[in-house]
Amino acid sequence: MITTEFSYQKAGSVDEALRLLAAAPDSALLAGGHSLIPSMKLRVTAASALVDISGVAALKGVSRAGDTFRIGASTTHRDVAESADLRSGSPLLAEVAGVIGDPAVRNRGTIGGSLAHADPAADYPAAIIALGAQIEVAGTSGSRTIAADDFFTGTFETAVAAGEMITAVTVPAATGVAYEKFVHPASGYAVVGVAAVVTVAGGTISSLRVGVTGAGPQALRLTGLESALAGKTADDATLRSACSGLVAAGDLVGDHQASAAYRASLVDTLARRAIARAAARG
Amino acid sequence: MTTTTKMIGQAIKRREDPKLITGQGQFLDDVKLTGMLHAVVVRSPYAHATIKGIDASKALALPGVVAVFTGEDMSDINPLPCAWAAGKVDNNLNTPRALAVGKAMHVGDGVALVVAEDRYIARDAADLVEVDYEPLAVVVDAKKATEPGAPQLHENAPSNIVMDWECGDREKTDAAIAAAEVTVREQIVNQRLIPTPMETRGSVARYEPATGEFTVWMTSQAPHVMRLLLAAFVFGIPETSVRCISPNIGGGFGQKIFVYADMAFTMWAARKLGRPVKFVEDRAENYQSSTHGRDHITDVEIAGTRDGRITGLRIDTLANLGGYLSTIAPGIPTTLYGRITTGVYKIPAAHCRVRGVYTNTAMVDAYRGAGRPEASYLIERMVDRFAAEIGMDPAEVRRRNFIPPEDFPYSNGMGLLPYDSGNYGPALDRALQIVGYDALRAEQAEARKQGRYLGIGLSSYVEICGVAPSAWIGLPGEGWGAGLWESANVRVHLTGKVVVTTGSLPHGQGLETTFAQIVADELGVPYDDVVVEWGDTSGTPFGFGTYGSRSLAVGGTAIVKTVAKVREKAKLLAAHMLEARVEDIVWEDGKAFVKGSPDQVKTLGDIALQAAVAYSLPEGMEPSLDETTYYDPPNCTFPFGTHVAVVDIDADTGAVSLRRYVAVDDVGTVINPLIVDGQLHGGIAQGVAQALTEGAIYDDDGQLVTGSLLEYAVPKASLFPQFETDRTVTRSPVNPLGVKGAGEAGTIASAQAVMNAVIDALQPFGVKHLQMPATSERVWNAMHGGTRGARS
Repeated sequence: MITTEFSYQKAGSVDEALRLLAAAPDSALLAGGHSLIPSMKLRVTAASALVDISGVAALKGVSRAGDTFRIGASTTHRDVAESADLRSGSPLLAEVAGVIGDPAVRNRGTIGGSLAHADPAADYPAAIIALGAQIEVAGTSGSRTIAADDFFTGTFETAVAAGEMITAVTVPAATGVAYEKFVHPASGYAVVGVAAVVTVAGGTISSLRVGVTGAGPQALRLTGLESALAGKTADDATLRSACSGLVAAGDLVGDHQASAAYRASLVDTLARRAIARAAARG
Repeated sequence: MTTTTKMIGQAIKRREDPKLITGQGQFLDDVKLTGMLHAVVVRSPYAHATIKGIDASKALALPGVVAVFTGEDMSDINPLPCAWAAGKVDNNLNTPRALAVGKAMHVGDGVALVVAEDRYIARDAADLVEVDYEPLAVVVDAKKATEPGAPQLHENAPSNIVMDWECGDREKTDAAIAAAEVTVREQIVNQRLIPTPMETRGSVARYEPATGEFTVWMTSQAPHVMRLLLAAFVFGIPETSVRCISPNIGGGFGQKIFVYADMAFTMWAARKLGRPVKFVEDRAENYQSSTHGRDHITDVEIAGTRDGRITGLRIDTLANLGGYLSTIAPGIPTTLYGRITTGVYKIPAAHCRVRGVYTNTAMVDAYRGAGRPEASYLIERMVDRFAAEIGMDPAEVRRRNFIPPEDFPYSNGMGLLPYDSGNYGPALDRALQIVGYDALRAEQAEARKQGRYLGIGLSSYVEICGVAPSAWIGLPGEGWGAGLWESANVRVHLTGKVVVTTGSLPHGQGLETTFAQIVADELGVPYDDVVVEWGDTSGTPFGFGTYGSRSLAVGGTAIVKTVAKVREKAKLLAAHMLEARVEDIVWEDGKAFVKGSPDQVKTLGDIALQAAVAYSLPEGMEPSLDETTYYDPPNCTFPFGTHVAVVDIDADTGAVSLRRYVAVDDVGTVINPLIVDGQLHGGIAQGVAQALTEGAIYDDDGQLVTGSLLEYAVPKASLFPQFETDRTVTRSPVNPLGVKGAGEAGTIASAQAVMNAVIDALQPFGVKHLQMPATSERVWNAMHGGTRGARS
């Protein structure tokens, strides 16, 4: 488990990181390193230059402005999980962060690194989609914001362009939230994970967003289910009837741990459970 | 005289742990020698391929690369030996060489060796070695490998059969089954597992040109055996030319018993290059090319009466042994499996046929339990199948068929020495009482009405420990053909400190602590005065090492017998010093005194000093208190017990959660309850993992799909409830301590307890059997009338 040779530089600012990133071909940003380094050790990824952004203070921490929470890209999963602001005002990301990997991974891995890596079985994507998060990216020609719905473009692929880096994620306040994860017994990733963000008004669902990870080649949003449940009560019978055949097995991935058909059934079950739990809080 | 506290039976913490858990242990990768080179293996990406050519020119051009070797280069040494063929039958032996010659037999088979100044250069250079392969047809499944048209792996093994072995009485069994009121037939798979010790394997070899001597550091559970095999079989040099050293070992589980290619190629390269050579495998290499375990496909039939008597058992097993034979591969599914397949039951007619099979997979050999987990899984699943068939409670069927206590020593008719001692009923009763069996059955009935699925699974097991007796394993007909005796040396320094050296090789079992407890009591000295040493063939008497739960029953008994010799000599010398008759000397708490005159006393230290200075010894007595014993036990020992698992199944997802786990074990006399519990906990965890999560999978091209810890599901702590352990104590009559062994019992007992519980939970769905592991999807399929045991 030895990587090919690479150079290493530590950036002190976002600008410096972008400059170093652009300066070398085959360069990559090093954040927590918990996906990149193992992948390099397996020689699946070969980066000739690593730009370490773990020392960029501006990329760390959670801040709140009214009903919007901004999480710096280099904030570790542990810090997201333990953020008092998030836990009180928008707990979904914190709860999701708390079930990523294991303590060692949570102490090093970062939200920006995870989103940029875009592992189709990672936990954050479901929550990012359900929350309708905005992802801030910076490039040498300036900054822009990408909506969660547009962010994931394929397996390990995102809308972040070459030469750009994620600087922060912003999410709205939301308390009617839940994440249901079916854990892969070996990797700890999500075989399927479903995140739901629900607002209940007058006993019926007034808004709903559902994000799914693990099931398909990339994280997806269940817009059909969201419309079907609009204005409905979140009782068990209604949810059972709505959460049936949500996704076609043909659109999902299958492997030795879980076939596509089984994953499809997990999406139904976990969506129902997530919405029920979220509705009870929202 | 004051009596010191007895150490045997004390739950003291392991003395070896502070060093190991604070990073002070010295493991193989900590061995760093002056001028040492680093080796990396170029491995076959194909499961079966002709090696048409190897071009190392680009690798050799990389600065820092010292040499690249191929299998042809190493043709002056022999292939690795298979030391345990199946007894009394033909064995079509094919064993690996230091590097493959001509053909690669499985993914990860070594085809070239890069040696460089550091590990990084060697790794880069390995990618530059160009190997021209011609891929051949592949077979990975043992059943398919025996079918017409299957690729033939070795010229001397038609239909890929290694050997066709049997035990028991075929005619009697056929007759019993033909005449039976009830028969139940099943195909039971015991899936392939990857042992996964935390420390991977490796070797460091040094050669002294002036003397022709090798020193080899190795991750071995049996360094003396390695020295013998490497010297006499692989290199054809005297044993005195090889010194083997096992430093601290980070877990073995059997995988580190065997002789491996890296031992041979580091020695060969060190001699060739005149510099020490180190090789340490990474996890992917460990998974692809160190040994795996289990992998049986068995057609089994059990026969009995409607009132619950088992009358016959017929077994036909295909044992997948991989692309070549590992060191003791054929011995595991024969001697250590077939002979114990009747379990704890008095079965009047039984027969077991085993065929070993070559496939394009990693070698299969002993893994924690080695044959006995496969045997106890098989019989315990079939007893449950039989109970379900006749509509009787599985606990009652077990009780009706247990070998009764008055039948011990009991011969099961399968070619074992008799079971030493046993009393199976109380362990079952105790386990049922702890778990609250009747209440759970009532809860289960109620839960089913509400659409909740709770299952209760039993496992009553017996296993074979202390596999050593020349009277059995040493018989030419048993394949191994040699006693696996164990040694001990005990010497008392003139300060009274006691040093014990053992041929056993602790690698996680806590033997340093256990052995010191025994010596403290047997000699009557403080526990802290006893030091236990092992691991270096130059510093310990020949011993066969640690595996098969043998180190207490065999190695521990060797120590007891040695201490007795020391004590007798000390008494003789004390009598001389006290001018008394030896018959009048009493030995107590490490002191000798004259009977009736406790003030006429000599401590062990006094006696040891006298023995060392040696100017006034009795006529004919040799100086020094230093004794050695080589102990060949008259029989094995047979621990037993009953485990109960309680599971809940999520009706929506098929997820199994283990609610409770009760283990009542009888391992004979317990020296250290904390260590015994620890061994059982770890063993249970590995068995539960086989039932629920683990399984090595090769695809049809022979690629190892579960090639990393991202895919191969070793258990996490979150899989388990708090284990509830208890024990009964039935002394073994085989050895003076009355010990049986505890290292593998947990693994041998647990997989079937969990599977019986899962299948019990699924009874409302008409499920009669499910193959391991009971993954959520497999259970979900079973609940939805899907393919039985299909893996997606």
